[in-house]
Amino acid sequence: MELHIKGHDPAYAYTGGKPFDAALPCVVFIHGALNDHSVWTLLARWCAHHGHAVLALDQPGHGRSAGAPLASVEALADWVLAALDAAGVPRAALVGHSMGSLIALEAAARAPERATRLVMMGTAYPMKVSDALLDTARDAPLKAIDMVNAFSHAGMAAKPSYPGPGMWLHGADRALMRRMQAGQRGLNLFHHDFGVCDRYAHGMEAAAAVRCPVDLVLGARDQMTSPKQTTGIAQALNARVTRVEAGHALMAEAPDAVLAALRRALA
Amino acid sequence: MPGHSEPGFDTLALHAGAAPDPATGARAVPIHLTTSFVFDSSEHAASLFNMERSGHVYSRISNPTNAVLEERVAALEGGAGAIATASGQAALHLAVSTLAGAGSHIVASSALYGGSHNLLHYTLARFGIETTFVKPGDIDGWRAAIRPSTKLLFGETLGNPGLDVLDIPTVAALADDHRLPLLVDSTFTTPWLMKPFDHGADLVFHSATKFLSGHGTVIGGVLVDGGQFDWMASNRFPELTQPYAGFHGMVFSEESTVGAFLLRARREGLRDFGACMSPHTAWLILQGIETLPLRMARHIENTRKVVDFLVGQKMVESVGYPELESHPSHALAKRLLPRGCGSVFSFDLRGSRAQGVAFIEALKIFSHLANVGDCRSLVIHPASTTHFRMDDAALAQAGITAGTIRLSIGLEDADDLIDDLKRALKVAEKAGT
Repeated sequence: MELHIKGHDPAYAYTGGKPFDAALPCVVFIHGALNDHSVWTLLARWCAHHGHAVLALDQPGHGRSAGAPLASVEALADWVLAALDAAGVPRAALVGHSMGSLIALEAAARAPERATRLVMMGTAYPMKVSDALLDTARDAPLKAIDMVNAFSHAGMAAKPSYPGPGMWLHGADRALMRRMQAGQRGLNLFHHDFGVCDRYAHGMEAAAAVRCPVDLVLGARDQMTSPKQTTGIAQALNARVTRVEAGHALMAEAPDAVLAALRRALA
Repeated sequence: MPGHSEPGFDTLALHAGAAPDPATGARAVPIHLTTSFVFDSSEHAASLFNMERSGHVYSRISNPTNAVLEERVAALEGGAGAIATASGQAALHLAVSTLAGAGSHIVASSALYGGSHNLLHYTLARFGIETTFVKPGDIDGWRAAIRPSTKLLFGETLGNPGLDVLDIPTVAALADDHRLPLLVDSTFTTPWLMKPFDHGADLVFHSATKFLSGHGTVIGGVLVDGGQFDWMASNRFPELTQPYAGFHGMVFSEESTVGAFLLRARREGLRDFGACMSPHTAWLILQGIETLPLRMARHIENTRKVVDFLVGQKMVESVGYPELESHPSHALAKRLLPRGCGSVFSFDLRGSRAQGVAFIEALKIFSHLANVGDCRSLVIHPASTTHFRMDDAALAQAGITAGTIRLSIGLEDADDLIDDLKRALKVAEKAGT
């Protein structure tokens, strides 16, 4: 569905294969760097067909959402809250992956009364990006995509694959990142998004402001956002931590385990 | 894995899509010869049918062994995913039927495998899908043939029978200008020689019967999506961008940005036309792929030796291999196929049809049959077999002479192949006196 968000270009939200009903408990899915809503579709479909209203958002400048990408986690958190306004949703569970997990955290902190649950997947704080990767993202983004793709997958045979059998996850994720990168003419979206992650420095203050139950769902073999880098933020959020056998691309590599964790978080 | 870069071709050929079986520890890929898969619960069943979960339901739609093959070929091609089919013909049909219907139009290279030509020119026309054939190198012809109803551009990496090299970057750019996908039959080259996605193609298919399998044992096909084509922006494919009443009103381009084509092809074409692959076939093709890099290197090495031999023979009028400067596609081949131009090629024997027959019958190692891409060397004389009803004028129209011989060079000792050819050439020469 198309959302008309105050002060922004129209945005796209996938609703899980069912018409959006703001009267139902809402789950908002927030994707990571150089991704779009399609990283969430299995989880979103499950939620939409099990009593939830679903908004899997394409962030500005990503996928089907128009406009320039926003420059900070804080700006993106405000945009997510404005998207809830546009959809007529007073309160929602916020589910984010990687960069999206920081956006969800910040949104839950900025409007604690509106967040019913916070689920941070493939997360770490701080989410620092090495200078070498930032430089490669700036100078040779296609090479950097391949590097990130290699780091993001725990193996070469995640089953039953995503969104269905026969998909080669390395290739599908690389294709998605290339599509997102090519969708922004005149702006290096990869470098932009990784800069957003790298610059975010408000995580501990945000954690202190969050009031809802928090779940961290981590890939046990994540090399992008290592579980070791989550100890501080997990303690600050008093979060329940679930580890699944996957890398950073955990929704694709372990869809059933991630669904189980999400169901626990939303229960 | 994981590492700093994506795995290389040889590693992918052995590992992509497969890991030790978690249930048994089996290291090799198990053959899942089962029609169907037990649900954990009614809720689990419903969520699989509604695509809330990924998994296997029925082996016509998907199967764990086939999925390994699909992932592996997609990995080798640099694609997003793939679907295994009953044959290469079924893969071509699945691609076309997913994107086109009655009233649709295709622009195709005229240098196609005869089976593909039959499907497009005769059979699909009966179902209202029209094809315009253009010479593969005639870029203006490709451009002029595109209509508002066009859904697909289609060619072969190495065309039949003359091995015209398809200028994929140029045709792909043309397709992109018109927001149309380019489908490429990559059977003759395999991803070891060329990856069409790297040159701008959008969809690739193989007759896996040939080099991917490599052992002449099974019939199969694989259709691969590069995941780069923007179906929404094209605005020509409501099959992918509008609700599909045949599957929960699903809008495939919303479900998967990069896998919309494969979702529809599997959920409609494989489901309804049913041209699926047996898991046993998938397993045999996987066995072949594990040695694909080694075999292709040897195929090319042997082919170059045989080509070198034939070029110097007085009974040989001409040799049609793109690595030769005399071949019309030589410059393109140097650019797009630096590792080699495959191991299937034709040469023209001097003399009559009878001499061609004598040549074939004198061969001892080359097998006389209608296939290519086997580990064994193969030969066929079109004028006395596939094209026997044609007179010499009609043969010329098809780019064939009475003396055209097609070889598929296998993995035997090159010296033995050359000796076999040498002896047969002498027999053919005597048959003309």
